[in-house]
Amino acid sequence: MKKFVFNKSKELEKDIDEYLDTVEEALLIFERDINRYFNGHYDLFEENLDDILDIENKADDILKDIKYKLYTYMLIPEARGDVLTLLENMDNEVDLCKKVLMQFSIEKPEIREFVLAEFKDLSKQSLNSAEELVKGVRTYFEEISMVNDYVNKVHFYEHEADKIEERIKRKVFNSEDIDDFCKKVHLRHFSERIAYFSDLAEEISEKLSVATIKRSI
Amino acid sequence: MTSLLFISSGLFLGWSLGANDAANLFGTAVSTKMVRFTTAAIIISVFVIIGAVVSGAGTTETLGTLGAVNTLPGSFIVALAAGITVYLMTNYELPVSTTQSIVGAIIGWNIFSGYNTELDVLTKIVGTWVFSPILSALFAMLFFKFAQYIVNNYSIHLFKIDMYTRIGLILVGAFGAYSLGANNIANVMGVFTKTSALKGIEFGFITLSDTQVLFLLGGISISVGVFTYSKRVMTTVGKSIFKISPVASLIVVLSSSTVLFIFASEGLRSILLSLGLPPLPLVPVSGSQAVVGAVMGIGLAKGGRNVNYRLLGKIGLGWILTPLLALVIAYIALFFMQNVFMHQVYL
Repeated sequence: MKKFVFNKSKELEKDIDEYLDTVEEALLIFERDINRYFNGHYDLFEENLDDILDIENKADDILKDIKYKLYTYMLIPEARGDVLTLLENMDNEVDLCKKVLMQFSIEKPEIREFVLAEFKDLSKQSLNSAEELVKGVRTYFEEISMVNDYVNKVHFYEHEADKIEERIKRKVFNSEDIDDFCKKVHLRHFSERIAYFSDLAEEISEKLSVATIKRSI
Repeated sequence: MTSLLFISSGLFLGWSLGANDAANLFGTAVSTKMVRFTTAAIIISVFVIIGAVVSGAGTTETLGTLGAVNTLPGSFIVALAAGITVYLMTNYELPVSTTQSIVGAIIGWNIFSGYNTELDVLTKIVGTWVFSPILSALFAMLFFKFAQYIVNNYSIHLFKIDMYTRIGLILVGAFGAYSLGANNIANVMGVFTKTSALKGIEFGFITLSDTQVLFLLGGISISVGVFTYSKRVMTTVGKSIFKISPVASLIVVLSSSTVLFIFASEGLRSILLSLGLPPLPLVPVSGSQAVVGAVMGIGLAKGGRNVNYRLLGKIGLGWILTPLLALVIAYIALFFMQNVFMHQVYL
């Protein structure tokens, strides 16, 4: 009994670690590719677009495996629902990486020089928020007392991203450089898409906080 | 055969103890599917019987000093009155304990037969009823703080906590079953020790005395209660009454079992005496009330939440109502047994 439970627990511990590593990897690929786009390296951007598709498939496969094992081995009965909700929500961050990069590839928004720095900063802060969330989820499993520190950082970066998003919108809509209203709306849409990483991270961090309270004995 | 017929009321009491009190030991573990019911039932049965046969003598002696029921029909009625009281109180959803019923029924026999009730023994017994949930709450607070310290200060993975909890629930459940057998067998079979005609037996290397054979039967009746009826009670305990986490449940079972153990262990009593410390009395206490005490202890350790003062009031009422009801039922039933069925209920 002990050996069986021990082996299955170890297996799931490894799977969840691997899943969170994959989410982190997806965020890193997004950061690399979006910076290539911002810096005008469009060929390189298009060349490695498959990376994000591969990592998204990998994340889906691991998540499916975790779900199967959690229910088959009847582990962590009290926290199972929360764990699955958290992991499924983390999958939305990976999906977002793929969707936003695809939109950049298809719609090719024109990021003007006067907002380029803000766009770079926005993607940095928004990704920071998502990265802190991954760390927070990791500590939920390993060191529960640290979760709140990461949740606070998620909120901080989300707030920063919101401010930059607003700045971009104001600059774009006040700009006389862009005379086409459609292009202004297009840029607004992309600023919102990038900022959504942090909005989503904040949303998940709230669920993480509740799950943490429930996990306390 | 007549002996077996007369001890049937004790076996009924044992069955109800197995169906109700044993559920406290594995309620959360079974209802959250951390431990399978069959595993739980086998563990409880084995350890209840070991506890009863090995360590049941201490609490039985205390009940014997309260009132030495000296005929088999008398013992039958005393156990029957306790059983009916448990049934009635349960039917009206009042917290009940076999301990309090049997004590009331024994006092009923004392009054009917004209024997004196040793007041100092009664005071000692009632004192432990009040003291046991308090002690259980104190243990629970201590164990809870310790567990909280471990979880907060050592990085233990969620899955490892889950694994340790499963193993802990089985070990603590086994300890709880042993303590329940040792402490509560006196309620089930205590009144028959002086009157039963059952003889000791030998199983190879193991020799069981007359009393141990009686305790073995009592233990088996508790096991039958566990297998036939406790699954439903376990689900209720786990899901509705005490909705607590598996770790908290481990603490509750450990705390309440420790209380049952220290009020039943002759070994611990000798250690305390040899150290020159005041010994704890060997008295049957209510497992369910120790569990309620432990749950409240956790509530207090968490800062005073989850403390159900109404339930505390109900338990206090039970301390008075249960023995009183058992006393009245025993007195009336003894009268009928003596005068209608013409069986001598005392010498």
